[in-house]
Amino acid sequence: MESFFSRYRNALVLITLLLAQVIGLAVQVRRPGQAPGDKGGVLLIRAWVVGIVSPPERLLHATGLGIRGVWANYLDLIHVRQENRNLQEQLDQLRLEEASLAEDARQGERLQALLGFREKYIYKTVAAQVIGTAGTDQSHVLLIDKGSSAGIAPDMPVITPDGIVGKTRDVFDHTSQVLEISDATSGAGVVLEQTRIQGVLRGNTWGQPEIVNVSPDERIKAGEPVVTSGGDSIYPRGLAVGTVDRVVPEPDGTLVNVLVKPAANLSKLEEVLIIISAGSQLPAAMQQDLSDAQQRAADILAERLPSRADPNAPPTGGTGQNGPGQNGAGPNGAGPAAENPNAPPPLPPKPPPPIHPDHYSSSEVPQASDLVPGQRITSPEVEPENAAPAANPSGSKAAGAGASKSTGGTAGKIQGGSASKSEGSAAEKGKTGAGEAQKKEGSPKPTGTSATPGSAARPAPQGAAGQPGAGQAGPGQAGAGQGRAAQARPAPSTPPQTTPPQASPPQATPPQGRD
Amino acid sequence: MALMASSRHEVGTKSYPWLVYILAPVLAVGLQSLLSLHFGFFELIDLPLLVTIYYAIAKREPISATLVGAAIGIAQDALTHHPLGIFGISKALIGYTAASLGVRVDTENHGTRLLLTFGFTLGQAAVLYLLVRHMLGQPYAWHGFHELTGAAINALVGVILFALLDLTEQRE
Repeated sequence: MESFFSRYRNALVLITLLLAQVIGLAVQVRRPGQAPGDKGGVLLIRAWVVGIVSPPERLLHATGLGIRGVWANYLDLIHVRQENRNLQEQLDQLRLEEASLAEDARQGERLQALLGFREKYIYKTVAAQVIGTAGTDQSHVLLIDKGSSAGIAPDMPVITPDGIVGKTRDVFDHTSQVLEISDATSGAGVVLEQTRIQGVLRGNTWGQPEIVNVSPDERIKAGEPVVTSGGDSIYPRGLAVGTVDRVVPEPDGTLVNVLVKPAANLSKLEEVLIIISAGSQLPAAMQQDLSDAQQRAADILAERLPSRADPNAPPTGGTGQNGPGQNGAGPNGAGPAAENPNAPPPLPPKPPPPIHPDHYSSSEVPQASDLVPGQRITSPEVEPENAAPAANPSGSKAAGAGASKSTGGTAGKIQGGSASKSEGSAAEKGKTGAGEAQKKEGSPKPTGTSATPGSAARPAPQGAAGQPGAGQAGPGQAGAGQGRAAQARPAPSTPPQTTPPQASPPQATPPQGRD
Repeated sequence: MALMASSRHEVGTKSYPWLVYILAPVLAVGLQSLLSLHFGFFELIDLPLLVTIYYAIAKREPISATLVGAAIGIAQDALTHHPLGIFGISKALIGYTAASLGVRVDTENHGTRLLLTFGFTLGQAAVLYLLVRHMLGQPYAWHGFHELTGAAINALVGVILFALLDLTEQRE
């Protein structure tokens, strides 16, 4: 027996070692539904190896970066000024585009909230350097220099500004493994942007991502963008994945695989972002960015095209700025509603009044009762004291002034502006039409029509008319009602109202924007 | 029979400074990870395999070669997302075979080294294919031309690397 062991010692050692590793493999093989990631001794071995390998990699990577930084920041500066100018122009252009998209984003958010969708917004990311790979083409794994100490956990999405990269796998204290989307064992829910075909993305044996098991569809064309669908509960929806490269039929011929050219350059990754926090609400910083971008875009637009003012630009502050919550505020903007944090959201703007009176605006048409058959219609003289405030809520100069002074495009500004500036006109005349006008909230029709009888033209109850500062005293209510009426039916400048409100007959222009 | 060992010196084992025994595998695994990041073609080269082969044919001790191969393989596994043991099993087998062959053939000859490395690279790919595809049931790419190219490149790099490692040999 002893001679047997001594004779076959080498083979026995080999067999024992192989058997032990096979058993180890069997233990590590994951069953479906089992949580990803390694545990216990396996994780410990990985941590040891990574702990040994990563410090020299960090050192070499940092050295390379330093050398490259010296070259790029101090030596290779040719054409930097020109490039800077080009980038500045590009930035201005992007700000304009961003501002135009900001409203769409807000609208999309509101609609999604209505429909119950759950959009995931990126709250917080951690930037990390890629310091290594698995070193074999059979395993598309990256090693990054951030770990659990930076808040990273397994299964967090890893992205670049170009597109998604993969997700974190095993996380150690100061390093993490990232499984790329090009690996055959990865998976991501994606959707084709134009055809809206959904599928699962994973790497093929050549290391190229592909959407597997897709029903054949002739609409799938090369170049179509692919984005994340959010269905995998890992990647936020809408992140760029890549573009369709080509469609390859599966061997059985019933389904096809869509090869995807990744948006992120997976073979040349140096820095990545790990999304460590996401949520369903648009982050405050992003909201501020959108608002700022809109304002900057308005400035750029005003600078380039002085004759055009962006009505949707946010307020800049100062005189004439009457944001939400300032409805009914007085000239000082210190009305009670201005302090009300629960003020209604801003409403769409009212178009500015015409600079010069013309013969085409409906406001120039006199009351039907004043018309004489055969008489030529001319521009009537306007008597401010005869102007019907409620029937013509925005027709006063004050309202116009409020609107024209407002640089922003929100309705709240216009609304507050017209109310706050309505001394002696709309707000001064009373609270008429508040209830009716409030029905118009949110459905503005800037058609330039006057208020119709029986609605905003109804007299104010119990003599609110004539009370100075009624617009202010109606804390966000009377004034707001006026403002809303003005906003809902923005009237042209200075209508020739000569009759009391309750006797106001139908006007020449039919009402518009009514419910 | 040019490949057969013809002298006592050729079948004798070599010795190296202990630092080489530690640094060579660590550097092989580390450089493999680092260089593959910056040079895509480096994924075709398997530095840990080359170190395993060199150690086996230099020491000519199957048991130690098996153990060293298994250790290097497991370290390589730790950097991938595969279960530990895939490279461990394959490199243990390669180490054992290389050490066994090293007793019988002239491993000082560059041509022999070239052929051995070429064959062992293909052998490791075959073992990996069997393990991953048929034992674990996971996808594994086996592309003939790709494997042959990789084996040829490894053989060429191996000859150079072995010559460099020969310089560290401790001579009495």
